[in-house]
Amino acid sequence: MAKVNVKICMGTTCFVMGASQLQDLVDIAKKKYGEDVEVTGSTCLNFCTHSSEYSKAPYVTVNDTVIQEATIDKVLQEIDRKLNENE
Amino acid sequence: MSNNNSQSIHLKKEILARIIEAFLSDDYAENTRLIPYAMRPKGAEVPYRCCVYKERAILKERVKAGLGFALEDDDETQPLDKYAKAALERTKPEEDPLTVLDAACAGCVPSRIYVTDLCKGCVARPCQSACKFGAIDMVNGRSKIDGSKCKGCKMCMNACPYNAIVKLAVPCEDACPVGAIHKDDNGITRIDFDKCITCGKCVAACPFGAVNEKSQIIDILKNIKDTDKKVIAMFAPSLVGQLPGNIYQLKTAIKKAGFDEVVEVAQGADITTINEAKEFEERMEEGQPFMTTSCCAGYNRFVDKHLPELKEYRSTTGTPLYYTAELVRKANPDAVTVFVSPCVAKRKESMENPNVDYVMTYEELGALFIAKKIQITECEEDKSGVEGSKQARNFGNTTGVAEAVKSVAKNPDDIKPYVISGLTKETAKDLKKFVKDKSCSGCNLVEVMCCEGGCVGGNATLNLPRIARKELKTLLDSSEDLKRED
Repeated sequence: MAKVNVKICMGTTCFVMGASQLQDLVDIAKKKYGEDVEVTGSTCLNFCTHSSEYSKAPYVTVNDTVIQEATIDKVLQEIDRKLNENE
Repeated sequence: MSNNNSQSIHLKKEILARIIEAFLSDDYAENTRLIPYAMRPKGAEVPYRCCVYKERAILKERVKAGLGFALEDDDETQPLDKYAKAALERTKPEEDPLTVLDAACAGCVPSRIYVTDLCKGCVARPCQSACKFGAIDMVNGRSKIDGSKCKGCKMCMNACPYNAIVKLAVPCEDACPVGAIHKDDNGITRIDFDKCITCGKCVAACPFGAVNEKSQIIDILKNIKDTDKKVIAMFAPSLVGQLPGNIYQLKTAIKKAGFDEVVEVAQGADITTINEAKEFEERMEEGQPFMTTSCCAGYNRFVDKHLPELKEYRSTTGTPLYYTAELVRKANPDAVTVFVSPCVAKRKESMENPNVDYVMTYEELGALFIAKKIQITECEEDKSGVEGSKQARNFGNTTGVAEAVKSVAKNPDDIKPYVISGLTKETAKDLKKFVKDKSCSGCNLVEVMCCEGGCVGGNATLNLPRIARKELKTLLDSSEDLKRED
């Protein structure tokens, strides 16, 4: 089964707008999914600069899906969806 | 506890970033006027309020607070560009740092105990028997509370087997440790500034984001823009872990944002620690029962306004900011000094200290980085200047001040700390008891921090204390211990 890759944008904008608290996802995902999901912090993914849309920060990517105004719950839901697609 | 990721706080940071962007643009006044329209353009979805017009009206009020104005006596007929210009013209910030946005305030029904529809009108009537004030009658087969007799003791609530009785909450009022919040005739929240200790708990508590700080960001940007002026940032120890990167990268980032010099307030915390340890030893020798710390601005104001009997037990040592600003001013008499703060309480302390010109919260610093598109993790490390000690850098963390004092005390084992992590209605009662008993339950050094968890839980922080502390620990592990020379 292909691994699900989660990237949390840790650029300044996303961090200030709430990504700081998404760092918990690393531990949560490890506990919940083990080796099936990998969560990493990333340098700026440039979503905020593309459109000056910092109102939608923080951004997280789950494989190639971009999540705006990301919260831990939103990201976990998307991970579940991806894992179901994989099955 | 600070809820620094709620949507109302997200909104506040976005507005600050937009105000700063407008200031940096070629038409500051006009672009400020357009902020509510840019955030809620024609046809945009209406996320929170009844219609796009009300959304914009509230955003307009938020922008005014971001420009540093009070909403209590604002002139609604004036467009935002007038306010933007007026912000540039003022020479010093307004006195009281908090303001309530009328349009945003939901006018929550007054806090009281209320019998809901779940009441079965049972035969046992435990609520009636539990009420010591005879405030409960049976009306139409249900319990009804007579507001004029009810004391809000909650005995009936606890007695009801159906959980039919609830306390109607008013979050700002409930969070205020000193009863400084009341309703005006229209049910809108008003802050009594004679009682207010500017702790910022109402700012964090209101789910509508109706209590705002009056920002000084325009005043600061104006000084940065003036190339004749040297502007110096002094950052509090609790900044560590609030932004990406380490503090050395942060120093570079703050300079990139326009400051000429960046100073660690931990430098002053070292002086506070040594002075406080000496003072503690003197007081104990004189036979005093206990001493309290004096570094938290909210706590200091609480003592001054609400518990003056505690003054004689409070340390007379200056705050870390006091000593830092004194050193900075001495070395740079003409510079403009800006304290980078985790909370609104320090705004009030700074207004009373001629060595501190302005305060910029962590939220405002974050917004400044956003507007200037500064990537902190890409910045070089700047290790110039005085480094704070391990103890000083832990000052903004609960128990940090007591531990620092203990670390330099002649007889560390003589120090028995009592830690208050969060000034609430309950812990305020504990302090009153200490004064009354002239003793603090076997302890002798009372550390008081107004915010839960210490300054890392301040109302204007950007991270959860738990996560910020991990970054802090990394820094502490590589910092030098404080030495006392005498």
